Amino acid sequence: MKIKYLIEKEFKQMIRDSFMPKLILIFPCIMMILMPWAADLEIKNINLCIVDNDHSDYSRKLINKINASEYFRLKEIAPTYTEAMESIEKGSIDVILEIPPFFERDLIKEKNTNVLISANTVNGTKGGLGSSYMMEIINSFAGEIQQEWKSADNKAVSAVNISIQNRFNPHLNYKFFMVPALMVMLLTLLCGFLPALNIVSEKEIGTIEQINVTPVNKFTFILAKLIPYWIVGFIVLSICFLLAKILYGISPVGNLSTLYFFALIFIILISGFGLIISNYSNTMQQAMFVMFFFIIILILMSGLFTPVASMPQWAQTIVFFNPLKYFIQVMRAVYLRGSGISELMPQLAALLSFAIILNIWAVVSYRKNS
Amino acid sequence: MDNIVIETKNLTKTFGNFTAVDHISFQVFKGEIFGFLGANGAGKTTAMRMLCGLSKPTSGEGKVAGFDIYRQSEEVKKNIGYMSQKFSLYEDLKVWENIRLFAGIYGMNDRQISEKTDIMLKRLGFESERNTLVKELPLGWKQKLAFSVSIFHEPKIVFLDEPTGGVDPATRRQFWELIYQAADQGITVFVTTHYMDEAEYCNRVSIMVDGRIDALDSPKNLKQQYNAQSMEDVFQQLARKATRKAD
Repeated sequence: MKIKYLIEKEFKQMIRDSFMPKLILIFPCIMMILMPWAADLEIKNINLCIVDNDHSDYSRKLINKINASEYFRLKEIAPTYTEAMESIEKGSIDVILEIPPFFERDLIKEKNTNVLISANTVNGTKGGLGSSYMMEIINSFAGEIQQEWKSADNKAVSAVNISIQNRFNPHLNYKFFMVPALMVMLLTLLCGFLPALNIVSEKEIGTIEQINVTPVNKFTFILAKLIPYWIVGFIVLSICFLLAKILYGISPVGNLSTLYFFALIFIILISGFGLIISNYSNTMQQAMFVMFFFIIILILMSGLFTPVASMPQWAQTIVFFNPLKYFIQVMRAVYLRGSGISELMPQLAALLSFAIILNIWAVVSYRKNS
Repeated sequence: MDNIVIETKNLTKTFGNFTAVDHISFQVFKGEIFGFLGANGAGKTTAMRMLCGLSKPTSGEGKVAGFDIYRQSEEVKKNIGYMSQKFSLYEDLKVWENIRLFAGIYGMNDRQISEKTDIMLKRLGFESERNTLVKELPLGWKQKLAFSVSIFHEPKIVFLDEPTGGVDPATRRQFWELIYQAADQGITVFVTTHYMDEAEYCNRVSIMVDGRIDALDSPKNLKQQYNAQSMEDVFQQLARKATRKAD
């Protein structure tokens, strides 16, 4: 069993490295602690300015209602719209709500009135979401007033009530969506790119040549390189499961073994990908740069941050060939919906084919003899 | 003859239009110290890499330890040791860990390894350095260790690519004593060098010029043939004919 000696060597080198053991422990922690907060697409703390030209009971009621929402932060009450606009231009305000004069009178007499919402949409998402949140609040305000009048009049008026049920993530917690997917990113970096860099560094130092003149075959050598990282991958993944539970109270609805099963396939897949890069690179710089290029594309086009369905058609075609997409789907499905292997057959098929193709490519491109 | 351990016939390696090794034919006998000389860029390393199975010949034949270097390179590898020009033990492993790794790779078992490690370290006077990381050793010690590791599994032939580069004369002397010890054990030593005094220590030397072997004989005969005082003279006379630029 020659491989025993090679694996032993890899572990010794890994532990003796001043950087690796720390990286393996700190990296998942930092990632799990920081990223879910940073990679949060919910918009909160929208700075609001209200121009109240009415100063009536109803306008105050509306302002109180808005103030109670967690989305808006009432920064100032401006006397005129022009002054409010100046604040927007300075950047201190995101949304202006202008309540017209005679707001209360019109509301009572005409049963109809207008308010003006104007939003700074330099950040499109923030501005757009800000005005739609505001509309929701005003609509519900209008609904409440109608209800009041109806009960005062004691007239039965038919009304349509829409009830919304959020399935699988009832509190619409963005972290439930991000945390499982971030684990995919971690595995990609640890099991895909680290072993590849390790092999390139042996090329650079020249020790690989000493191995090449020995009777060790290529397959054994590479396997000995990968196995330690696979083990590390599983340890890190388990740390992540634990952190998700402790920090965010997120635990998979589905079976943990389903996650480990898919993780195993993914780890083999992604290390094959790393090997291909290492086979085509002769220096660390080269390998790092190629990896940087791929990591950005693989992560941005995986559905991690942005939904794949809203990408243009050509981009969706590219995403189809991104193995990360399938594993992210699996992670989210198992974590949030509790899916089992039988519901994840398409993803399983995709991941398996990628794993086979990439690893065959890796073996073919590895040349022990020049 | 039975005691031929390396034999090549018209061994050639080309890279595009460039012929690095040009139809070389020679034989090396068992237990011999064979000096493989040549200026920088003459093709020594390329030829050696072919013999070790690191590089496939473009044409010609070669046999090392009785195995064809083209078709049986894996068999060749089992029977040779190799020490490259660049120091290539693992610097972040301890002395005994490097020995254990390479011995293990060549198929020795744990017990054999630990017994032989003790003997080897004692012979080198390295016992106190057993647990030292290789990167902390001085260069001369590293080279001696690398050589000892390359013959640890008792190969038939050991290939040394400029083993004494950058090493002080006293250490070089000790290094050559190790080489003689290995040859006494019946290991054939195939060595490239730039030091002409070292060439004198070899049983036979070949001198490569522009990818060809221009001279091959014992140092004594070569000096006679070229009417020279030292191997240095012989080398100068031959190297002057070179048209290829040294790299």
